[in-house]
Amino acid sequence: MAAYRYGYSAVLFILCGLSVFLVTNGQETILTGDDGAAAVDSPQTVTETAEQTAEQPAVEERQWEVTEVEEASPDEAAADKQDASAPETLVPPSVPRPKDDFQEELVIRPLHSGDIYASFQFRTLWETDFMRGNKVSHYRLFPKSLGQVISKFSVRELHISFTQGYWRTMQWGQPFLPAPPGAELWVWFQDSVTDVDGTWKELTNVLSGIFCASLNFIDSTNTVQPSASFKPLGISNVTDHRFLRYATLPREIVCTENLTPWKKLLPCGTKSLQLTELPLFSLQAGLAVLLKSEKLFHSSFHSQAVHIRPVCEDWQCKTTSWELRQTLSVVFDLHTSGQGKREWSLFKMFSRTLTDACPLASSSKVYIDITDNPEGEQFELIPATPLLSQAVVLGDRRTFSVYDLTQQITFGAVRSLNLLIRWKSTEGDMLRPLLHGERYVAGYGLQTGEIHTLMYNNHPYRSFPVLLLDSVPWYLRLYIHTLTVTSKAKDNKPSYIHYQPSKDRVRPHLLEMLVQLPPNSVTEVTVQFERALLKWTEYTPDPNHGFYVGSSVLSSLVPSIVAMDTNSTQERPLFSSFFPCKEESSYFVRVYTEPLLVNLPTPDFSMPYNVICLTCTVVAVGYGSLYNLLTRSFQIEEPSLGLAKRIANIIRKMRGVPPL
Amino acid sequence: MLKLSLVTCCFVLSVVIEGLALLDLGVSPYSGDVFHETPLIIYLFHFVVDYAEITFMLADVITAVALYLAVKDYNKQVFRKQKFALEADRYPLDCLELIRSPKEMYYIPLKVAMFYLLNPFTILSCVAKSTCGLNNAVIALFILSTIKGNVLLSAIFLSLATYQSIYPLTLCAPALLYLMQRQYIPVNFRRASFWWFIVQYAFMYLGSLFVIICLSFFLLGSWDYLPSVYGFILSVPDLTPNIGLFWYFFAEMFEHFRLFFLCVFQINVFFYTIPLSIKLKEHPVFLIFMQLAVISIFKSYPTVGDIALYLAFLPVWSHLHRFLRNIFLVSCVLLACSALFPVLWHLWIYAGSANSNFYYAITLLFNVAQILLVSDYFYAFLRREHHLTYGLYLKRKDGSEATLVLK
Repeated sequence: MAAYRYGYSAVLFILCGLSVFLVTNGQETILTGDDGAAAVDSPQTVTETAEQTAEQPAVEERQWEVTEVEEASPDEAAADKQDASAPETLVPPSVPRPKDDFQEELVIRPLHSGDIYASFQFRTLWETDFMRGNKVSHYRLFPKSLGQVISKFSVRELHISFTQGYWRTMQWGQPFLPAPPGAELWVWFQDSVTDVDGTWKELTNVLSGIFCASLNFIDSTNTVQPSASFKPLGISNVTDHRFLRYATLPREIVCTENLTPWKKLLPCGTKSLQLTELPLFSLQAGLAVLLKSEKLFHSSFHSQAVHIRPVCEDWQCKTTSWELRQTLSVVFDLHTSGQGKREWSLFKMFSRTLTDACPLASSSKVYIDITDNPEGEQFELIPATPLLSQAVVLGDRRTFSVYDLTQQITFGAVRSLNLLIRWKSTEGDMLRPLLHGERYVAGYGLQTGEIHTLMYNNHPYRSFPVLLLDSVPWYLRLYIHTLTVTSKAKDNKPSYIHYQPSKDRVRPHLLEMLVQLPPNSVTEVTVQFERALLKWTEYTPDPNHGFYVGSSVLSSLVPSIVAMDTNSTQERPLFSSFFPCKEESSYFVRVYTEPLLVNLPTPDFSMPYNVICLTCTVVAVGYGSLYNLLTRSFQIEEPSLGLAKRIANIIRKMRGVPPL
Repeated sequence: MLKLSLVTCCFVLSVVIEGLALLDLGVSPYSGDVFHETPLIIYLFHFVVDYAEITFMLADVITAVALYLAVKDYNKQVFRKQKFALEADRYPLDCLELIRSPKEMYYIPLKVAMFYLLNPFTILSCVAKSTCGLNNAVIALFILSTIKGNVLLSAIFLSLATYQSIYPLTLCAPALLYLMQRQYIPVNFRRASFWWFIVQYAFMYLGSLFVIICLSFFLLGSWDYLPSVYGFILSVPDLTPNIGLFWYFFAEMFEHFRLFFLCVFQINVFFYTIPLSIKLKEHPVFLIFMQLAVISIFKSYPTVGDIALYLAFLPVWSHLHRFLRNIFLVSCVLLACSALFPVLWHLWIYAGSANSNFYYAITLLFNVAQILLVSDYFYAFLRREHHLTYGLYLKRKDGSEATLVLK
């Protein structure tokens, strides 16, 4: 312990020394970078800037420091951290702490079906205040485009995800980061925002530009304000749901054009000026080299997300910083991507291998989930690693093999890491997810229907409450009096119902319920609806394809098998620290059901002129016949003269002779 | 399924129950776009929701009884008037066969009641638990109190009917004419008594309307229901297929013409009131029939219940049958359409083998038939009146048989 602290201060001493050296000698180094130029506007003092800039060449030293920490066994590290949380053992104030920090991480979990799940997480932490009066103009690791969005729209929390495919919970288990098919966006605004709807509208349009997605289709007809399902994930004391907006676009197709802007937000994602300064590193570095769209989209599930929230820097929450988490999850299919062979390698998955860590990252690791494979009887991992790590994820203690990319040893003699997982047997049981949801539409015809939502509690003896959120478009008119909740063939009365009926062409239905799920049961929620006939201009170009209804969201605190970590500031792998954990006995899970595809009756789109003409004719028939009867009177019909006689009369008139 | 195609879905019991369920959840039923009934209907069903079937049956019985009594009274007056005219030798000699005998008039009130109760449209409407039955009961009571000459009750029931669905507002013209006729007030714009009566009636009407509206306000504590009930009727946002002219027309309408055509279509109901009242000044009960027919054809969400109400009056005009021109054709079309409605609805919505145009074509034909029926009765009525003044067998100047034409 003491030795560690000693080593730490030694490293800091080297760091300070280097920075002094750079301030005196490396004047051009300071001013050439983006940071140096921006520093002129920044309110920070020159020395601070210099120290920050100094970190760049000092990256290697810092990596060593980090690896030193990591080489301690996980238990010891945890003990360290708990000690470190005491104020006297905190970093001495004289040493300048880095104001921003970048971590990257890849978790690979072999699935029992033979598929493989890879989850990237990139976290940028920045201790700054976007809401201050003076503008933040000095950006280093944090992407400027998002920083500007946060400060302009007074965003407290922003969560956006783009997903292609549906996460099969029963086959694959719970994902680290759940996301519904299509696009999902939910934002908490600061309570200083007065016109939340206007800000939301502008924000969606800006995000639409940033992510090249059709988020501009988010309007009042698909935006809801959930009252309980989406609580802020970061620090916040505001839970007034007037400042929350939630919208999904289940129809959104996710593809390369969404991946590229997402990648650009990464410090090591693409070409950047900072990196070209340093000849050692290639243009892309770290885990980002694996993000090749031709492979990522050749998969059965692809989900990319951006989460921005304020988090605590220390356990007392004296200082807060902004956290940007970029996540990307992908499930490669055994048959389409793996050619049916139960053998996966980084190269086979991403058509790239790893050669280095991102030089800007303070930590860069690859985790392989080997919980189900303690003795290596299930699959074989090549190259083997001595580093093991344990983490409590989703109520389960899991063991991971860790590959630290900041260490050169990891890459071996070939200077590249190509992890290979080769199955030995096809048996194996997956831990059944405790909470699982399904949804479908029942009924036939285009007039009415019934939405069935099934919620499974697979826990053998514990019941737990689930918050169900349903946002149904206005053109499916829900009849809330037909709502039934049954579990084990008995009526299960929800303890809380928040229902907001729809307004035609203005807002969707919002149904939120708190339902207690009995142990080992299926709870069925049904509600009937009626399909509306829309105006012909309101249909999509392919009306007979149907209309999508976004996923139901099940949010729940599921009883945990092992004690959960409640200390949010403690250093943990990124994948296990996304949802804050308030109590040890349960953990938070969000499950999305399938989106629905519902057919609506359609008018004939080729008919507008005909319909207008025909209906107007009928009205005119009514008008004409009544007008006739109202304005005319009965008269005796005079016999009309023949044509010849009339002509004769005209001639006779001209001649001045009296007519016939 | 069948019932919803013929009865407007927005005014059925399940929607009322939805409103009650929303109230139970603490949500204003008017904050959504499913419930468009008036607050008094909620209040009524708050008590009788468990006896809904009986309520709807009772409403139909009330309608039938009210119509029975009203027609009985009306026939009495018609007969008295006819007697006076005969005694005064006002009818031409050859019109004796147009004179109605008490024997043939005896069963008319019963026929009216039976025509209402046994009409398949009424039964359908009752089975579907359409609140249209309640509106019909209110209108029938209004007709009864008008014919009985009770000014106050007439105004109260008219305001109730107006409160339920705006359109019965046009019935105030026949009510005024009838009541003035009964009290021997001449319809003359220069007479003070005429204006005094109108002011009286208007005061009672507006007063009771005011009371009802305020009552609804106090029931729910908000004015939300005004846009939700009346805005819904007037601006036609719900395009669910029904038997009327509006739904497909506005589903296919170009957006920038929508308001214009909305005004044109809505004005149809109110447009004919003044010319009809001028033409039928002397016959307010026939005017009521005409107005009911016009309302049920041109209202924004018509239901079969509305049609049943005005069809119930047909036996009253049985003496016009000899002047009807195309009653056979029209009744055939009406019957055929009524049979085809559920068939084509099924083909479109359930079987998927037909599209919306099939059902739309039937609604068009059905409305044309209704229009022809009404205008035929109007024609026959006018023609009979003409014959009663000028004689039945008209001769030309040269003595040959003349034909009557409208000029």
